[in-house]
Amino acid sequence: MAVDSRDHTLKLAAIGTLAGIFSGLFGVGGGTVIVPLLIFWFGYGERLATGTSLGAIVLIGLLGALAQGGLYGNVHVATGLLLSIPAVAGVLAGTAIQQRIPQRTVSLLFAGLLVAIAIELIVP
Amino acid sequence: MDEVLAALFALAGGLAGGLVGVGGGVLFVPALTIFLGLSQVEGESTSLLTIVVVALVGAWRQNAYGNLNVRDALVIGVLSPLGVLVGVVVANEVSQRALELSFAALALYVAYGLVRRALAAEA
Repeated sequence: MAVDSRDHTLKLAAIGTLAGIFSGLFGVGGGTVIVPLLIFWFGYGERLATGTSLGAIVLIGLLGALAQGGLYGNVHVATGLLLSIPAVAGVLAGTAIQQRIPQRTVSLLFAGLLVAIAIELIVP
Repeated sequence: MDEVLAALFALAGGLAGGLVGVGGGVLFVPALTIFLGLSQVEGESTSLLTIVVVALVGAWRQNAYGNLNVRDALVIGVLSPLGVLVGVVVANEVSQRALELSFAALALYVAYGLVRRALAAEA
């Protein structure tokens, strides 16, 4: 089982690195990469994949915000916190709704989001 | 009016975050730049702060629902800054248009995989 555990950790490391690469390349959040890879590589259910993705994003966003705020002074703290009020209302509703819909619906919603991102990238 | 629209974009970004597990930056950045007058760099940087708050609350709720693997989230989160460095270097070496089109193709391929899997689960 040690090999399985090592394999698991290596895949996690790959997901973390890929999420970072795509953030650095496109500025899109790591969630776009993390959620499908957790589903395809680990067979995670959609709810576990999206919950774990949010946990990882806390760290990714925190490091990014500290770098941008601390090194370059680009973070408007008061504005960011004010914007968080409606955003938190949204995420509370979103997570509650997610528990009440079939997991495959979450996959279909995610696929829709990916198509929207692809269109945005293709249209100059 | 602009503040109301910014709040609506933020609400939608948070909703998307809760539903599909992304940070919501896709909607927070326009809320900050178009409606609240921040520059693109300031908007993208400030959206990170909102993303942290949203992801924290979302992860807390998902943990309560039993949908958070803390160890996996930590490994992914800690290793991603390494990838960011690689991404920034690559972005400066390769044509932006080629990158956009490759990522678009990848996104469509993954979307296809998710739909196929979801429909197979249904059958």
